[in-house]
Amino acid sequence: MTKQMHLAAHFPGVNNTTVWSDPDAGSHIEFSSFVRLAQTAERAKFDFFFLAEGLRLREQGGKIYDLDVVGRPDTFTVLAALAAVTERLGLTGTINSTFNEPFEVARQFASLDHLSAGRAGWNVVTSWDAFTGENFRRGGYLPEDQRYVRAKRFLETATELFDSWRSGDVLADKESGEFVSRADAGSFERHDEQFDIHGRFDVPRSPQGRPVILQAGDSDEGREFAAATADAIFTRHGMKKEGQAFYSDVKGRLAKYGRTPEQLVVLPAATFVLGDTDAEAAELADIVRHQQVSGQTAIKFLEQVWNRDLSAYDPDGPLPEVDPVVGENTIARGRASVRMYRDPIATAREWRELAEAKNLSIREVVIEKTGRQNLIGAPETVANSMIDLVDSEACDGFILVPHVTPGGLDPFADKVVPLLQERGAFRTEYTGSTLRDHLGIDVR
Amino acid sequence: MSEGLHLAAALDGAGWHPAAWREPDARPAELLSAGYWKDLAVEAERGLLDFVTIEDSLGPPADRTDRVQGRLDAVLTASRVAPHTRHLGFIPTAIATHTEPFHLSKAIATLDYVSSGRAGLRVRVSASQADADHFGRRQVPSREDLFDEAADYIEVVRRLWDSWEDDAEIRDVATGRFIDRDKLHYIDFEGRFFSVKGPSITPRPPQGQPPVAVLAHVPVAYRLAERGADIVFVTERNAPVEGPAVFTDLVVFLDDTQQAAAARKARLDEVAGEEYASDAEIFTGTPAGLADFLADWDTPGFRLRPGAIPHDLTAITRGLVPELQRRGLFRREYEASTLRGLLGLDRPANRYAA
Repeated sequence: MTKQMHLAAHFPGVNNTTVWSDPDAGSHIEFSSFVRLAQTAERAKFDFFFLAEGLRLREQGGKIYDLDVVGRPDTFTVLAALAAVTERLGLTGTINSTFNEPFEVARQFASLDHLSAGRAGWNVVTSWDAFTGENFRRGGYLPEDQRYVRAKRFLETATELFDSWRSGDVLADKESGEFVSRADAGSFERHDEQFDIHGRFDVPRSPQGRPVILQAGDSDEGREFAAATADAIFTRHGMKKEGQAFYSDVKGRLAKYGRTPEQLVVLPAATFVLGDTDAEAAELADIVRHQQVSGQTAIKFLEQVWNRDLSAYDPDGPLPEVDPVVGENTIARGRASVRMYRDPIATAREWRELAEAKNLSIREVVIEKTGRQNLIGAPETVANSMIDLVDSEACDGFILVPHVTPGGLDPFADKVVPLLQERGAFRTEYTGSTLRDHLGIDVR
Repeated sequence: MSEGLHLAAALDGAGWHPAAWREPDARPAELLSAGYWKDLAVEAERGLLDFVTIEDSLGPPADRTDRVQGRLDAVLTASRVAPHTRHLGFIPTAIATHTEPFHLSKAIATLDYVSSGRAGLRVRVSASQADADHFGRRQVPSREDLFDEAADYIEVVRRLWDSWEDDAEIRDVATGRFIDRDKLHYIDFEGRFFSVKGPSITPRPPQGQPPVAVLAHVPVAYRLAERGADIVFVTERNAPVEGPAVFTDLVVFLDDTQQAAAARKARLDEVAGEEYASDAEIFTGTPAGLADFLADWDTPGFRLRPGAIPHDLTAITRGLVPELQRRGLFRREYEASTLRGLLGLDRPANRYAA
């Protein structure tokens, strides 16, 4: 039997994969755009909708970065509103564990879970930068080595709050006059290096008990945190080989926490370009890549790797001869991706070799090295490769990232999903009503 | 405020009387469901009310098993039901003392996008040690400091709403720029209690500045309302406050006859085991009697707290409102599509725009 995959829809975000210059590109802030994507995802029986978060506008060279989409809504608020216009779709979003307090976040997720009848999911991220901390009264930034301690304690505390009410605590019995069965429901107490709190939580147990927990960390520590605590993991390892390595790595970490492999769903982010034929799709993908990486964007991207001002360089000319500045990345702030280039000298060497071998300009190198489309081809081809990735244990499904807002998922829903369904690789109807039902993961 | 009476309903659980949840038509098992709140909002909109408020708290639930326990986050509740309505304003409560103004500013901006310009915000302080223990950060500040901090909080929320000019998004394909960054502004707020850099991550909301409300019955709260609010909820006649639009709070128990209302109120008191007391005046009587009462008042705005829900909410929308309409004192249809519009407030200029 073909393995069933899980699918999610990522609202196109604040990064250069989103093509705002496309004539079909709509608003990134009007509610109607969120409704459109969520309803398309629900029509296609997706597991969930996903919304990312960034709590400070990104800067480069000391100025607000203006080449990508800028501006996004509050995660909780838009997810709650989407619950009004969808019925089954899971509603997940990123909420930071550094710039929030567990009592408030637990309350918001429990509320969202009630208001959506059991469809809430939380991508727990951790942050440590003082740059973002400047937007928050409590500063709240951490030494880097403590960020997972904070995240872990935060999630433990939130879990204690979610579990402080049991199902059945609320009687609401008009006859007897007993509203609750015990006076101490919601009691909690936490004293650790991060939190020193006690009292009573005021949101009775929500339909899912706890929201679905997603994790996106990729470091060893991040993977361990996911293995210990997450229901699903959001990864950038979408190619087959690296996907398989990641998959077996994180699934292999589960046993020591008394968990089985199916209790952690591995979902890579996946971009896609569809065409009537594979050749047409490849051509379109090239056009999209050039839209995603304009000359200006290529220079900005190069600056992030080189960690220095390269505004004088021509994007259609050769790579700079100067070497990257090693050390803390100071050119780009509020951007997690710069951490991917831990050895910029080696990256520069690799890029120069590529440029030389293929005679590529700056822009062409960036286009090649930051290639983000995973799934390119005719619908049949894309469906086949998705099924193959799942069957070969490179992942359990995909978080699809359209490059156009808000209609970018429509062709996928119309053309690829029916093929996956025909092949028995994806549900044709929802069989449950909660996100945990869709993912097949109970509260532990 | 624009002419005529302005009416709002203050939604809280099963109603404001502690025994309301035991009434025959109460829905106590549904207080945490979207359907319940949707029905209340739709009912309020049917009555052409200006807005509903949704109470909130970051404190512990009641310590008695015979009282309603549990509540949902008010901003999320408002956002969940706003798409089911088209004209009604939503003013959820937020607690300034323990929350981040950056988060709240974008949450209300988002509610304003979700509702196409019908969001407001009521700011509260919390002086309770039990609430502070849920956050563990600090002792409760003095009352003066609590209110000064709330004033700073409102200032930060407002600056963040203005931190994007309305036309900041340019999508200029020629230069590759999505925004004109000269139209985004650091708010650089530095106060006695906190500092916030900005700009917001959320563009300026449709109303520019969603109305901010404060409930006041002591001088320090009146001063807060005058410093930062568009709307003030008051509980006394001739409240000493100038500037914001005044809405007088009244708890209402409404029935077809005076006797029936009094009997129902007495029955509720008996079930609760004590006579209901409130910071606001309590009106027990008929919708027509309440219409007389409101018409005689010297200010045109009222926030009515239904003693029991749905009974007293329905009595407002289906009893009081038609009565006021017959007297020519209340709108017969919505005349604006935003909350500021309903209140007769212009869309304000951006403080940062040149």
